[in-house]
Amino acid sequence: MASETVTAEISHSEASPSVMVPRSPAYQAYLRALKRRAYAIQAWQVGLLVAFLIVWEIAPRAGWVNPMLTSYPSAVARTFMAMLEDGSLLMHTWVTFSETVIGFVGGMALGIACAVALWWSPFVHRVLDPFIVVVNAMPKIALVPIFYIWLGDVASIYAMAIAVSLFVTIIMLYTGFSAVDPDKIKLVRLFGASRWQVLSKIVLPSSVPTMISTLKVNVGLALVGVVVGEFQAAKAGLGYLITYGSQIFQMNLVMTAIVVLAAISSVLFICIQALEAIVLRRSGR
Amino acid sequence: MITPAMRTEPVVAIRDVVLHYFSPDRETLALSNISLEVSRGEFVAIVGSSGCGKSTLLSLISGLIKPSRGDIYLEGRKVSAPSPRAGYMFQKDTLLEWRTVLDNVLIGAELLGLDRRAARQRAEDLLRRYGLGEFMHSLPHQLSGGMRQRAALARTLCPDPDLLLLDEPFSALDYQTRLALSDEIAAILRNEQKTIILVTHDIGEAISMADRVIVMSRRPGRIKVEHHISYPSAGPQRPTPFEARKCAEFAGYFQTIWDELDIHEMQ
Repeated sequence: MASETVTAEISHSEASPSVMVPRSPAYQAYLRALKRRAYAIQAWQVGLLVAFLIVWEIAPRAGWVNPMLTSYPSAVARTFMAMLEDGSLLMHTWVTFSETVIGFVGGMALGIACAVALWWSPFVHRVLDPFIVVVNAMPKIALVPIFYIWLGDVASIYAMAIAVSLFVTIIMLYTGFSAVDPDKIKLVRLFGASRWQVLSKIVLPSSVPTMISTLKVNVGLALVGVVVGEFQAAKAGLGYLITYGSQIFQMNLVMTAIVVLAAISSVLFICIQALEAIVLRRSGR
Repeated sequence: MITPAMRTEPVVAIRDVVLHYFSPDRETLALSNISLEVSRGEFVAIVGSSGCGKSTLLSLISGLIKPSRGDIYLEGRKVSAPSPRAGYMFQKDTLLEWRTVLDNVLIGAELLGLDRRAARQRAEDLLRRYGLGEFMHSLPHQLSGGMRQRAALARTLCPDPDLLLLDEPFSALDYQTRLALSDEIAAILRNEQKTIILVTHDIGEAISMADRVIVMSRRPGRIKVEHHISYPSAGPQRPTPFEARKCAEFAGYFQTIWDELDIHEMQ
């Protein structure tokens, strides 16, 4: 607030001065309409979810679909509560969650390191560019059996989470690094900056918004990698629950695992959004 | 220490500089046989149409690029890399949006390894003098265009360079801010007794601010003609840029340089 008042006093300043004027009735009506719209959107979102659950509950009971194939929300809820009580759900959730976070952090760290290396040496970038593009376009999921044979049941899951997110991370970050304002680089070079200082003072801080959008993409991808890895290899985790449940034709189990997966991805996404809000506010972007 | 020899020796000496650009499909002669001396305290403007190599000449003086032939001397020493003796100001303010105004001003001291305490003292002092005292801890996006360019000037002046290289520093601003700010900056720079080389395509800006105007030809850039600018009608004191625009001599200089730039031939 203090800085805004000062801005108002500076002549020929473009920064918008925030002068407090009494709110006109038209403006109040505008604010109310804005608020109503926001409520309406939220109500529709909740309504759609509830409608979906109701249809899902009624359809098998009314005999429109085979309950063996779809299960229904009340049965899923019972399975969920039972598994929560015996602790098995928490255990499987924790396994998948920790694998995802480790894979995600690992993929991001490795991706940053590779993107920095490519930025550092344009020659290496020119050499490797076609390979990175092709590997990125390839379905990494095809590698699951190979990773299982090479790395075993634990390491193959992490490898899968990293493999799925790594190449898109490299490509996104490298593109971000290359888009840094050349005048800013010139600015620090005029002060005698080394290549390392150009990286740490300009390129990396300039690329923070790119890093955050990469994180957003990767959260989903790492989860895909982990679940697919668990399909093949695991003795625990939500991916394991899904395969196991489908093999013994326990749709309640499969649906419970899927609901928890949706919850995990929401939690991770909300964390990234909170991080984004903090970082971008602090850097004034 | 300024010795008598340093007083007489030019701050910048450019001797027979030639610059070629290479690209896969052609070789371009960007600058051809440029020779120029700028003495201490002098304000020199270089005007030319876009693409004539005037900004390239600044990059050469700053040591960011090397000439294909010829030499450039800064205070008697051959230029081979950027030197803290020369400060550079860009067309855009190039403030780093994640740093506060004060930290932006201090980046030079940080990279040059200068004494932090002294640099901070000087940075705060400069910011206060340029009316940015209240905004030291603000982020650049909270400042107006003119304020941002003043912060950029403080950043350039903080390591106390002798020579200032101004690369069209007002051209990104709106007309009113531009006139007000060029007046302000001309006063600051004359007080600080800096040697200045201003590159611009704006004839009015060049003749209202500089003691000497160098007109460059189109590519390959060479020095076509130079004018010593004075305003006897304004009295013994050098008029401010804003006053200079109202002097009788202004229109004459403007017309002469306009004709020399051959702008009509380009259309």
